[in-house]
Amino acid sequence: MTVHEDEIARLAELARIRIADDQVPAVTRRIGDILGMVEQLQAVDTDGIEPMTNPLDAVQCLRPDRVTEGNQRDALQAVAPAVENGLYLVPKVIE
Amino acid sequence: MSWEAVIGLEVHLQLATDSKIFSGAATTFGAEPNTQACAVDLAMPGMLPVLNELAVRYAVMFGLGIGAEIGTRSVFDRKNYFYPDLPKGYQISQFHHPIVGRGRFEITLEDGSTREIGITRAHLEEDAGKSLHEDFHGQSGIDLNRAGTPLLEIVTEPDLRSAEEAVAYLKALHSLVTYLGISDGNMAEGSMRCDINISLRPTGSDQLGTRAEIKNVNSFRFVERAIRHEIERQSDILEDGGKVVQETRLYDAERDETRSMRSKEVANDYRYFPEPDLLPVVLDDAWVEEIRAGLPELPVEKRQRFEQQYSLGAYDAGVLSASRPLADYFETVAGGCGDAKLAANWVQVELLGQLNRNDLGLADSPVSAEALAGLLQRIQDNSISGKIAKQVFEAMWQGEGSADEVIEARGLKQVSDSGELEAMVARVVADSPDQVAQYRAADEGKRKKLVGYFVGQVMKLSRGQANPKMVNDLLAQALDETD
Amino acid sequence: MHDLTVAQLIDGLRSKQFSSTELTRHYLERISRLDPQLNSYITVDESGALGAAAAADRALAGASGNLPALTGIPLAHKDIFCTRDLRTSCGSRMLDNFVPPYDATVVSRLRDAGAVTLGKTNMDEFAMGSSNESSYYGPCRNPWHPGHVPGGSSGGSAAAVAAGLAPLATGTDTGGSIRQPAALCGITGLKPTYGRVSRLGMVAFASSLDQGGPMARTAEDCALLLNAMAGHDPLDSTSAQQAVPDFSGELDQPLAGLRIGLPAEYFGDGLDATTGAQVREALSLLEQAGATLVDIQLPHTALSIPTYYILAPAEASTNLARYDGVRYGHRCEDPADLRDLYTRTREEGFGDEVKRRILVGTFALSAASYDAYYRKAQQVRRLIARDFQDAFAQVDIIAGPTTPGPAFALGAKTDDPLSMYLEDVYTLAVNLAGLPGLSAPAGRVNGLPVGLQLIGNHFQESRLLNVAHQLQQRSDWHLQTPPETEGGAP
Repeated sequence: MTVHEDEIARLAELARIRIADDQVPAVTRRIGDILGMVEQLQAVDTDGIEPMTNPLDAVQCLRPDRVTEGNQRDALQAVAPAVENGLYLVPKVIE
Repeated sequence: MSWEAVIGLEVHLQLATDSKIFSGAATTFGAEPNTQACAVDLAMPGMLPVLNELAVRYAVMFGLGIGAEIGTRSVFDRKNYFYPDLPKGYQISQFHHPIVGRGRFEITLEDGSTREIGITRAHLEEDAGKSLHEDFHGQSGIDLNRAGTPLLEIVTEPDLRSAEEAVAYLKALHSLVTYLGISDGNMAEGSMRCDINISLRPTGSDQLGTRAEIKNVNSFRFVERAIRHEIERQSDILEDGGKVVQETRLYDAERDETRSMRSKEVANDYRYFPEPDLLPVVLDDAWVEEIRAGLPELPVEKRQRFEQQYSLGAYDAGVLSASRPLADYFETVAGGCGDAKLAANWVQVELLGQLNRNDLGLADSPVSAEALAGLLQRIQDNSISGKIAKQVFEAMWQGEGSADEVIEARGLKQVSDSGELEAMVARVVADSPDQVAQYRAADEGKRKKLVGYFVGQVMKLSRGQANPKMVNDLLAQALDETD
Repeated sequence: MHDLTVAQLIDGLRSKQFSSTELTRHYLERISRLDPQLNSYITVDESGALGAAAAADRALAGASGNLPALTGIPLAHKDIFCTRDLRTSCGSRMLDNFVPPYDATVVSRLRDAGAVTLGKTNMDEFAMGSSNESSYYGPCRNPWHPGHVPGGSSGGSAAAVAAGLAPLATGTDTGGSIRQPAALCGITGLKPTYGRVSRLGMVAFASSLDQGGPMARTAEDCALLLNAMAGHDPLDSTSAQQAVPDFSGELDQPLAGLRIGLPAEYFGDGLDATTGAQVREALSLLEQAGATLVDIQLPHTALSIPTYYILAPAEASTNLARYDGVRYGHRCEDPADLRDLYTRTREEGFGDEVKRRILVGTFALSAASYDAYYRKAQQVRRLIARDFQDAFAQVDIIAGPTTPGPAFALGAKTDDPLSMYLEDVYTLAVNLAGLPGLSAPAGRVNGLPVGLQLIGNHFQESRLLNVAHQLQQRSDWHLQTPPETEGGAP
C-alpha cells in the first residue's frame, strides 16, 4: 500500500506527535510497509462474522455508588510537571 | 419570505450520584481544585474504569419515564481527541449502542396546547474537567474535579420549531428529571447544559436547511435568547441570498450573540471504537421491571390525577404538578384542610405570589405546607374569614407564628357568639329606621339586595370579625319578625 | 542459593537454613556484579528489598503456622507494573521520572504474599517489541550469549531469572511477551487466560490483549507465583469472575490419555529445522509419559499477524493518548502553546517503534479506514478464536514451538520491523483468542535456548502447568544455567 506523506501528516496531527521534516520520508516508508502487510486481511471473507472486541463473552460488573477515594491531591500532584494552587498548568487554552 | 426554524436539542444532564461514573471519587460541586480527582479520573498509568450502578439505574429510569426502548445490551465507546480537560485523551461515551433508544415527550405551551417531541436516544458518558484562564501568568489552570461526573446526553429529533417550544421542552425535561430524582437540575451549577442544533427553511418546505450548532448554553433564558438570535442571524443571511455555514457556534451571554468557534481547526476524526476496558452492559429484564415498579408518579400522571382527584382545571393542575416539591406541598395543604380547591387557590395565588415577590424558592418558604393547612382550617371552621386569613398569612410569612397564634395574638377570631351578634344586629336595626322601612316595603327579590347594607354595618361594627353566616341568619330574623 | 527452585527456597527459609535477608543480599550481590553486563534491571530497590526481607525474617521467626506462601522470597517486577514510591518507567523516556503513588494489584498481592521486591526489570518501550531493543534504558542481553537479544517485551524478567538475578519475575504478554523471552532465555513462562490476572496498575498497551503472568525456572515455581497473582479484581472490569484453583494442585497428575494437538501451521515453512527437532524431542517425552499426539489445523494462523498489528496498535494509539505532559511524565521544555506541548512532549517522550504503532493505530481507527481495517480485524479475530474452539473439540491441549528459532543477534532486525513482527507468529493468536499459553524450555540450538509452547482452553492453566511439570520431571533443560559473565557492558 502506498501511503502519502500528507496522510502521515494527518495521522501525526490526530495523534499529536511531531515528526521532524527530515524524518517524514522514512516514517512514511515504514508505515507504508506495515499497512501493506496488514492489507492481506482484505482478501478474507468475513461476511456475517460478528466483530470480536473482547476475548471472553463476559458482561460488565457494576460498582455500587460509594465514594471510596478521598482527597489525594498532594500525592497525585507530586509527580506533576507544573502545578499552582492545586491546578495543573498548561499553555493558555483558547476557546 | 417567511422562514420556519427546525431545532433539535442535546442536553447534557449531570446525574445525581455520590461518586463518579467510573471511579470512587466524589462528585460534590464546588470543592477545592483537584481534590475530587482520583488516579482514575486523572488517567494515571494503569488505571481502569468500573461502571457505577446508580448511573445505569438513573439512565434506565429516564428511559422508562419517556416510554423509550431500553438497550438491554449497551456498549461504551471511546471518543478520541486531545484537550487538557480530558485526561485520558478520550471520552468514554456510547456511540452505536446507547442505553436508551427512541422515546417521546409531551410538552405544554403557554397557550395550553400540547406538542409531542421525539427523543432520538439518550446515552451515558463522562463529563470533562474545567480550564480556568485567570491569573496564571498567561497559562491556563486545569481542575479535574468534574472529570468523570456521570452525564446522560439526551438527544431530541429536530421536532422543535421555536425558542418558546425549546424552553417548554427544557422545562418539561427539568421537571421530569427532578421528579425522577436522577439529577438536581441545578442549571447554575451546570447540571443541565444544552447544545442547540438549528436551521431554517422556507415555511411549508419539508427539506432541512444547513444547521449551526450552538454549544453549551446553560439557562432557559439563554436558550431562548440564543435561539432567537440565531434565527435572526440565519434569516438575515438567507434573506440576503447567502448560505448558512455548517459550524459550531458559542453563545456569549454577556454580548447576547453567537459567534463561530475554532473554524480553523482541522475537522475532527474522533475515531470512535468500543472501549476495551469495559464490557457490554447487559440489563436483566427483572432488574428493569423492578426499576419500573419503583418509578415515582411522573409529571403528566400527576397532572391527570390532580384534575380527577381534586377536580382541578387543566391549568391549575399543570401549575401545581410542575415540580415535585410544589405538588407535594399542595397535596399536604389539601389533605390538611380537606378542601382541594381552597388549597389550590391559596398555593397558587398567595404562596407562589409571595415567593415570586421575594424571589424565593419553595424550599425557602417561611410558611410550611402544614402551617398553611392550619390557616385554611380556620377559614373552614369559620374562625376567620378569607379576608382576615390574608392578614394572618402575611403575619405568618413575617414569622409571627402559626395561624392560631397569630389569630390569638391579634384577636382576629371571628365573632360567633350569638348573644354578642344579636346585640350588634339589634343596634344596627335600631340605628337604621329608614333602611328598615325600605326593606319591609320591598318584595322578596329586592330584600335580598337590601340586606347587604345591614350585613356591612354589622361587619363594620365587628371590625370584620363577625361570622357572616350567623349575621345573615340573625338579620333575617330581626327584620322579618316585626313584619 | 540462586540454583535452588522457589519450592526449595521456601523450604530453606522455613527450616532456617538461611534468612530472607541473606537470600536477598545474595541476589543483590549478584545483580550488582552481573547486571552491568546483562542490563536486565532498570531499577534496583536495595533498601526496599532489605526492608521487606527484614520484615519477612521477623514473620518467619514468629508463628510458623499461617505464613503467606511467598514469605521472604525475592522477586523482580517487569517495569510495567506500578510500584508505590518506586519509579515505574515502562521502558520509556515518557515515564523516566514517574514514581507512582500506588501499587498495581499484582504488586500489592505479591506484597501480601510476603514476596520481597528486588527491583524493576528492563522491557521494550511500553511492551512494544520482541527483542528488548526498544527500551529507553538500552537493550537487555541474552544471558546465554551477550551478543543476542533476550526476546521481549519481558526480556529483562526472562534474562534476570535465567541468569540467577531473581528466582521469580512478573511479566506481561500482549502478543507473546512472556512466552517468547521465556523461550529465548530458557525459562518457563505462563500467559494466563485473559482476565485471570488483574490489569489494574499495569501500564496499558492493548487492553483486550494484555495479560500479566509468572516467569520462573520451573513450571512448579510458575504455579506458586500465579497462585499469588491470580483472582478477580473488582477494580478491573475485564477481570474474570472465575474461581481460582490451587495451580500447584494438578502438577503431579499423570498424562495418560492426554490428547495433544500439533497444528500443521506451527510446523511448516518458517520454522527453523533444528528448533523444530528440539520441540519434537520434547513432545516425544510427553508421548512417553502417556500423551497422544494428534495432528490438527489452525487455518487462520498466518492471519494473526496482520490482525494483531491492526488491533494492538489501534488500542495502543488511544491508551497512550494520556501521555500529554500535563499531569505526570515527560514534558517538553518551554512549550510555545498547547499544540507544541502535546506534539513535542510526545515526539521526545516516545521512541520510534511506539510512534509507529500509534500512527498505524490512528490510521486503523480513522473514520475512512475503520471498517476496512479495524472492524475487519475484529472479524478475523473471531475466526482465529473459532479455530481454537474447533481444535479443542478434538484435543485437550495444543503444542508447538514458541518461536520460529532461537534468539537472534542484537540489531539484526531493528531496521526491519516486519521481520521482527514475524517472531510472534506462533504466539499472537493465543492473545487474540484470550487463551492461556505456556513456554517451557526444550533444549538449545547452537547454545541458545528454544521453547515448547503449550496452549490450553480458557482457564485451563492448571493443565498447562501439569504438562510442563511432567515434561520437567523427564528432562533437565529447565535446570541448565548460562555461564556467568562479569564486567561492564561489552
